[in-house]
Amino acid sequence: MATAVVETGERETYLNKEYGIKSWLLTVDHKRIALLYLMSITFFFFIGGFFALLIRLELLTPAGDLVEADTYNKLFTMHGMVMIFFFLIPAVPAVLGNFLIPIMIGAKDLAFPRINLLSWYLYIIGGILMVYTILAGGVDTGWTFYPPLSTEFLKTNVVTAALAVFVSGFSSILTGLNFIVTIHRMRAPGMTWNRLPLFVWAHYATSIIQVLGTPVVAIAVVLVALERLFHLGIFNPTLGGDPLLFQHLFWFYSHPAVYIMIVPGMGIVSEIVCCFSRKRIFGYKAMALALVGIAVVGFLVWAHHMFVAGISLYAALIFSLLSYFVAVPSAIKVFNWTATMYKGSITYQTPMLYAFGFIGLFTIGGLTGLFLAALGVDVHVTDTYFVVAHFHYIMVGGMVMAYLAGMHFWWPKISGRMYPEGWGRLAALLVFVGFNLTFFPQFILGYMGMPRRYWDYSKAPEFQILNVFSTAGATILAVGYLLPMIYFLWSMRYGKPAPDNPWNAAGLEWTIPSPPSTFNFDEQPVVTWEAYNYDEIKQEVPVAH
Amino acid sequence: MSEHISSVKLYVGIWLALLAGTGLTVFAAYVDLGPFNTIVALSIATIKAVLVVLFFMHVKYAHERMTKLVIVTAIFFLFILLALSMADYGTRLWT
Amino acid sequence: MHTSPVAAAHPEAHDNPALLHHFATAEQQKDAASFGMWLFLVTEVMFFGGMFCAYLVYRYWYFGDFGAASQSLDIRLGALNTVVLICSSLTVALAVRCAQIGKQKSIVIYLLLTIVLGLAFLGVKAVEYKSKFDENHIPGQAGFHLAGHIPSHPDIPVNQAHAQVYFSLYFAMTGMHALHMIIGVGLFAFLTYKAWQGRYTSDYYTPVENAGLYWHFVDIVWIYLFPLLYLIDRHK
Repeated sequence: MATAVVETGERETYLNKEYGIKSWLLTVDHKRIALLYLMSITFFFFIGGFFALLIRLELLTPAGDLVEADTYNKLFTMHGMVMIFFFLIPAVPAVLGNFLIPIMIGAKDLAFPRINLLSWYLYIIGGILMVYTILAGGVDTGWTFYPPLSTEFLKTNVVTAALAVFVSGFSSILTGLNFIVTIHRMRAPGMTWNRLPLFVWAHYATSIIQVLGTPVVAIAVVLVALERLFHLGIFNPTLGGDPLLFQHLFWFYSHPAVYIMIVPGMGIVSEIVCCFSRKRIFGYKAMALALVGIAVVGFLVWAHHMFVAGISLYAALIFSLLSYFVAVPSAIKVFNWTATMYKGSITYQTPMLYAFGFIGLFTIGGLTGLFLAALGVDVHVTDTYFVVAHFHYIMVGGMVMAYLAGMHFWWPKISGRMYPEGWGRLAALLVFVGFNLTFFPQFILGYMGMPRRYWDYSKAPEFQILNVFSTAGATILAVGYLLPMIYFLWSMRYGKPAPDNPWNAAGLEWTIPSPPSTFNFDEQPVVTWEAYNYDEIKQEVPVAH
Repeated sequence: MSEHISSVKLYVGIWLALLAGTGLTVFAAYVDLGPFNTIVALSIATIKAVLVVLFFMHVKYAHERMTKLVIVTAIFFLFILLALSMADYGTRLWT
Repeated sequence: MHTSPVAAAHPEAHDNPALLHHFATAEQQKDAASFGMWLFLVTEVMFFGGMFCAYLVYRYWYFGDFGAASQSLDIRLGALNTVVLICSSLTVALAVRCAQIGKQKSIVIYLLLTIVLGLAFLGVKAVEYKSKFDENHIPGQAGFHLAGHIPSHPDIPVNQAHAQVYFSLYFAMTGMHALHMIIGVGLFAFLTYKAWQGRYTSDYYTPVENAGLYWHFVDIVWIYLFPLLYLIDRHK
C-alpha cells in the first residue's frame, strides 16, 4: 500500500497533514479534537488544583487565618465545580475515548465528526462561563448548588455558574450520543460485540449514563437559575417549595456522574492489566456485563447522598439497600483484574504502576462507600472528612491515576514519541505517596468528627497534625502531577520516536503507525481474532528504551 | 432503501383518532370520576402518545430493534426518577 | 492526495454527494443519523422528565391549590392548541411521506403548513401568557393573587404560595415546551428552504425525517402537558 508523504518527505500523520490554527479549530478529525480537549482539560485541572492548594494551605492551621470564611466557601465550591465538570467528567472520554474508540473498532472517525467538534466548542463556552464566574468574584454554593442558599441568600455568581454547568453538560451529552451511535454502527467487519476491547465497552456504558442522567441535572440548574432570577418558590420552603426536590433532581444525575467519571478509568485499567500481564482478561463477559450493570444500578441509588437531609426513613432504607447492590459489579471487576494478573508475566512499566495504584486505591475508596451506605454509620460521618476522603480515593486515587495510566500507555500512539520511563516511574511513585499522605489522614479526621467545608477548626486543635500531613501530601502530589506535564512536552521534541507497537499490546490501535494517519487505516481491517489475544502475541513487553 | 411508506389514509386515520382522543379527554374532565379522572386523562394521553410514536414516528414499521429498545429505556429511567422520588415523598409522613 | 482503498471499494462514495467520507454506505449514514436523533430524544425525555417529577411531587402535596390554579387557565385555548399541534404532526408526517415518494414540491407545502401551525400554537400561547399577566398570576411577582377557593371546598381559600408553585411549573414547563417549538419552527424554516432547492429526494430525506421525529416528540410533551396542567378537577 502506498504511504502518503507530506512535503518534507515524512510520512503523513494526523499531526502534520495540515498546519495552522484554522486546521485545528475547524478540524473534524477525532484525533485532533482529542488533543484540543487534552489542552483544555489540563488547563482546568491546574485551575482546580490551584484552588485545592489554597484549601490545604488554609487548613494547615486551626484558625481561619489565610482567607475569609466566604472566600473559603468559594474555594471549595470552585475546586469542586472545576474538577468535576471541567476535568473529571470529560477527561477520559473526550481525550482518550475520542482518540481511540474509532481506531479500536476499525472505523475512520466517529459517527458524527462535526457534532464532536461542537461538543468541544460547547465545553469551551461552558469553560469560559466558569472562568468568568471565577474572575467575577466566584460562587460559594458548594458544587452542589443547594437551594434555598443558592436561590435566596447568596449575592454571588450563581446564575453564570449554573449556566456554565448547563452548557458543559450539553457537551457531555453530545459526546455520549456520538459514542453510542459509533459503537453500534461503525464497527469494522468481524468486530463483534464480544470482541470489543473493554475500553470500548466502558465508554459505551459511560455514554448511556451521560445520555440518561445529564439532562436531569440540566433542568435542575435551569430551575435554580429561574428561581433565582424570578423569585420563584419551586425549592424555597417559605414559598411552598421543597429544597429536597432539588436534591433529588441533582443527585439523580450526580450519583451516576461518579460512574461517568470512574468507568472509563476501569476500561483503561483492563487494557493495561492485560498488556502488562501478557494475558487475556479473566471473565471478559462478566467484565462487560459489570460495566453495563454499574451504569444501570448506578441510577437507582442517588438518595444515599440525602440520608440526613430529611427524606423519609423508608426511602432511606430502600436507597441504602440498593447502594449495597451497586458495589457488586465494581467488586467483580476488581476480582477479575486480580485473576487476570494471577500467573501472568508481569512487568512494571509506568502504566502498570498507575494501574496497580488504581486497583488498590479504588478498592479502598469503594469499600468506604459501603461504610457510608450503612445508615447507622452515615449519620455519624456524613458531611465530615470521611466522605471527602472516600470520594477523593475513588476520584483521585482511582480516576486520576487511571487517566495518567492511559496517557502514558497511549502517549506513544498519540504523539509518536516515547516518554522517559525513569521519570514516569518516579512521578508515579510521587503521586502514589503524595496521594495517600494527603487523603488517608482525612479518613481519620472524618472519623474523629472534623466537618467538611469548614474553614476554621480552632475549636478542635487536635485535628491539626493530620491536616498538616494532608497538606504536605498535597504538595508532593502537585509535584507528581507537574512532572508528566513537563516530560510529555519534552518528549514531543526529544523523545525517542515510537514504533507502531511499543508495548507489543493487543488491539487495533497498535496495528497502525504512531502517530496514526488522518483516516486511521489504509484498508478497513477485518477482525478475525478475539480481544486480548496475548496467547497469540509471542513477544514480551520491551524492557528499556 | 426498503422503507415502509404509510398511506395518506393511515395518517389521516391516526390524526382523527388523536382529535377524538382530545375531545374525549376534555369531555371526561367534566365528568366526576373521583380518583379516576387523573387515570383516565393520563391513559388517553398515553394512547395518543403511543399512536404518535408507532405511526407518525414510524416505530411500528422500523426494522431496527434498537429504536424500540431506546424508547423503552427512556421510559424506564423516567419511571425510576418518578417512582423512587415518590418513594420518599409518599412515605415522609409515615411514622 | 491519495485515494483511500476504502473509497475505491465503495464507488458510491463519489456518486452520492450526500454521503460523508467516514461512512461506508448511505444506509449506514441514514441509520446512524436516525439512531442519533432517537438518542437525542431520550435526553429530551429526561430533561422534561425532571420537570414532570417536580410537577408530580407538588401535585401530590398541593392537589387542591393545583385544581384551583388549573381552573384559571382557558381550557378552550388549551384544547385548541392541542388540536393545532396534532394537525402539525399530520402535516409533518405527510411532508416526510412526500419526500419518500419523491414529490418535492409537496414537501415544501407541507413543511410550510407545519410552520404556520407551529406559529399559530405560539401565538395562542402568547395570548394565554398575556392573560396570566393581566390577571396577576405571574409567580414571584409582588402582586400575585389567585382568587377563590379549593374546588369543592368553599371554606378553604387558595393558598397563594402553593398556587405560585403551580404557576412556576406552568411557566417553566410550557415555556420550555414553547422554546422547543421555536427551535423546531426555525429548523423547519431551514429545511423548507433546502426542500425548495430540491435537496430532498426519495434517496435522501434524512433531515426531514429526523426533524419530524423531533417535532412529534414536542407534540407528545404537549399531549401530556394539556391534561396535567389544564384539566385538574374541572368537574368540580
